Amino acid sequence: MQKPFIQTFLANKTTHYTGSVLFLVFSIFLGTSLGSVPISFEAIARIIGGQLLPFSHMSEGTDPTLQAIILQIRLPRVVLAGLVGGALAVSGAAFQGLLKNPLADPYTLGVSSGASVGAVAVLFLGISLPFAGSFTLPVVSITAAICTIFIVVGFARLVDRSMSMTTIILTGIIFSSFLGSFISLMISLTGEELRQIINWLLGSVGNRGWDYVHLILPFFVGGVLLLMFTGQELNAMTFGEERARQLGVHVELQKYVVLSAASILTGAAVAVSGTIGFVGLVIPHICRKLFGSDHRHLIPLCVLNGSAFLILADLLARTIVTPSELPIGVVTALIGAPMFAAILIRRRKGGRSS
Amino acid sequence: MIDVQHLYAGYDHDILHDLSFSVLKGEMFGVLGPNGSGKTTLLKAINGTLPGVRGDIAIQGRPITRMTAKETAREMAVLPQHHDVSFSTTVEQTVLIGRYPYQKGLFKQWTNEDYRIAEEVMEQTGVTQFRHQSLLSLSGGERQRVFLAQALAQKPGILLLDEPTNHLDFSYQKQMLDALKQWSLKNGLTVVAIFHDLNLASLYCDRLLLLDQGKVKALEEPEIVLNEQHLSAVYRSDIHVHAHPSFSKPFTNVVPSFNEDKPKSILSPDELDVSKERVYYKSRQPLKCYSSAVLHPGFGWFEEFINVQVDHSFRCDDPAGYLMTEAERWGCQIHRTVGMMTAADVEDVSIEFMENEDFTLLVVVTAGTGNAVDVVHGSSHIQETVPGTINTWVFIDGHLSEQAYAQSLMTATEAKVRALMDMGINDPVTGTAATGTSTDSVLIAGTQQGTTLEYGGTISKLGRAVGPAVYKATKEAAARYLNRKEDGF
Repeated sequence: MQKPFIQTFLANKTTHYTGSVLFLVFSIFLGTSLGSVPISFEAIARIIGGQLLPFSHMSEGTDPTLQAIILQIRLPRVVLAGLVGGALAVSGAAFQGLLKNPLADPYTLGVSSGASVGAVAVLFLGISLPFAGSFTLPVVSITAAICTIFIVVGFARLVDRSMSMTTIILTGIIFSSFLGSFISLMISLTGEELRQIINWLLGSVGNRGWDYVHLILPFFVGGVLLLMFTGQELNAMTFGEERARQLGVHVELQKYVVLSAASILTGAAVAVSGTIGFVGLVIPHICRKLFGSDHRHLIPLCVLNGSAFLILADLLARTIVTPSELPIGVVTALIGAPMFAAILIRRRKGGRSS
Repeated sequence: MIDVQHLYAGYDHDILHDLSFSVLKGEMFGVLGPNGSGKTTLLKAINGTLPGVRGDIAIQGRPITRMTAKETAREMAVLPQHHDVSFSTTVEQTVLIGRYPYQKGLFKQWTNEDYRIAEEVMEQTGVTQFRHQSLLSLSGGERQRVFLAQALAQKPGILLLDEPTNHLDFSYQKQMLDALKQWSLKNGLTVVAIFHDLNLASLYCDRLLLLDQGKVKALEEPEIVLNEQHLSAVYRSDIHVHAHPSFSKPFTNVVPSFNEDKPKSILSPDELDVSKERVYYKSRQPLKCYSSAVLHPGFGWFEEFINVQVDHSFRCDDPAGYLMTEAERWGCQIHRTVGMMTAADVEDVSIEFMENEDFTLLVVVTAGTGNAVDVVHGSSHIQETVPGTINTWVFIDGHLSEQAYAQSLMTATEAKVRALMDMGINDPVTGTAATGTSTDSVLIAGTQQGTTLEYGGTISKLGRAVGPAVYKATKEAAARYLNRKEDGF
């Protein structure tokens, strides 16, 4: 009775992971392949393979122009999109799990507004921190994001000692609006940097290059690892903080770990790509539906699928109206909102059992 | 097992004041008290999830303040009153989370042991069939059982329950408490449970802690804790405690105190309807009766009373069934009717009615002395049910204690004996003075309102009325019976 159950359980999980990895790999290939110059999957495989395994001579005989397009233009963009998508999706999943609310996302809590204020301030004031150099914008942005989440949580604590879900979300909304007005203020006062700011706010992963990938990578790895370690605690906390405490979870610690990890991820994502909406809300939802809500698996699966989703969204953003480009935030919202609406409707129709 | 010494706990201000008690291993320990008396706070304090607790709480001699959260969770599990269910977690996952306190390592995978225990507790709580279903698709009672399985998966020595039967229907309440009791008896599981239902607590708990405004009001066995003074004081409402009809445990009920317009005089001889075949009395409201009647004997609430005449030669295997048909024929509602039968002419019924400032009394007697018996020589008679004879109904408009019922029964019987003696009626077999007939029946019925009548003995207020009235009525009815016999009928 017990063995077959474990086997099906593992088999299920294996399918979930295999499927998600294949989806991601497919997205990477598709994202690299399509564009003004179409490139075959084989060439991509050989060039990337040659890069990953320099002694394999896989990339020998490939067109150096293609190599340049892939390695200098398309691949960094695809990788960045993947990292941003993964970061947003996983922090959305973490926020939803922590706050026990399926409607939470990294942005409703005001983290993104904080990150935006930091980034826009850097653009507006044209400052450059001496120790950070080209990292100034993301560093300031991430710092602002972390500060924001702790101010939001601190304020929520002040209002309601039990830090109920509703209070945190309401506080997040208050801070979002408040910080949003700072952004508007800077936009209205700015002259030269307006276009830069607007472009940044609309969100884009284009023309960033490997530098930005290097920028986000440490935060991404750190944040995702932290969240992966808290999967089981998040599972316990979906039954309420009180119950989690009774089960032996160090709730206070876990809460701060999750909040900071998710904020680092959100902040880093917003810092390199601007505010890209809906990924953090919709991807965790779809993943929960498809793979169940065990956070130990939900978190890595959200990373994989969030990455793949944003790579495809970016692909659409840059190919749908060639030669110009749509802001990626527009595309995710255009796809995300109807998808979310459809899920909501199916949930209602499906009743309690769905 | 659990030692609590001088505990003070609360939220903004202390709710519990200087609580000291201990719970033994394998004990089923009930916590009672009105809303806001600190029951849930106490549970949280014991569980170590409430900050700012003063005093000492020790589990098996170890202070809980020195235990890590996971250690505490391995020692005791909690089944809370409310559950947060926000995502569609499967039942299996939910139960497995109960193994969290045993998790080791960074990525925390479940071991085979975890799966085995989850399997076992799902079986025990009967949720195995829902294992792949979402929690959201389950009913409140089913969810409650899933969370019980989760708590049991912690393999605790102590189980803390906050109103465990809150969302359960009657049969699951029983099932769950039976199971808990069984585990506590078999595996030495210590159960500390908050109860709102005093009767469930009385039936299942070994000891009860009655809290009143954060202080211990009583801590003893149910028999001692559940008394009217304690309960009425703590719950600030009228609560009656009785002997449980089938267990040696106290049984409580609240006393409703809404106002309803009730007829002023409930008893009246005018309501008595006598015909050749039966005597029938319908009370204006149900009366609490205690009787040796054929139909519906014992204690009960009834409002129709019928005494049916049967022939001398009447023999029946199922007298109660016969009376049911008779009562139905006379238009009585069976479940509200007390029925007796007699071979005497019911037209010879004798009625005594008296009113005094405290209560009203109505006595109705039909008598036949054909098979008169001297109680001392009962063994000289052939054992046979001959249709009965002296049927005595005593209706009292007053509030009788159970003691008063027993005493009124004695008083009425003594009065009957005295009447038979004064009439010079003898046992036809032995020739000695008869004390009654072999099939006499008596009914004591009280309206249970108005004056409280604590006693019914011969010189009590009630007995002084019942005795002479029954004596007079019995004598009169017996005289009429004898007259009719002499007249040759």
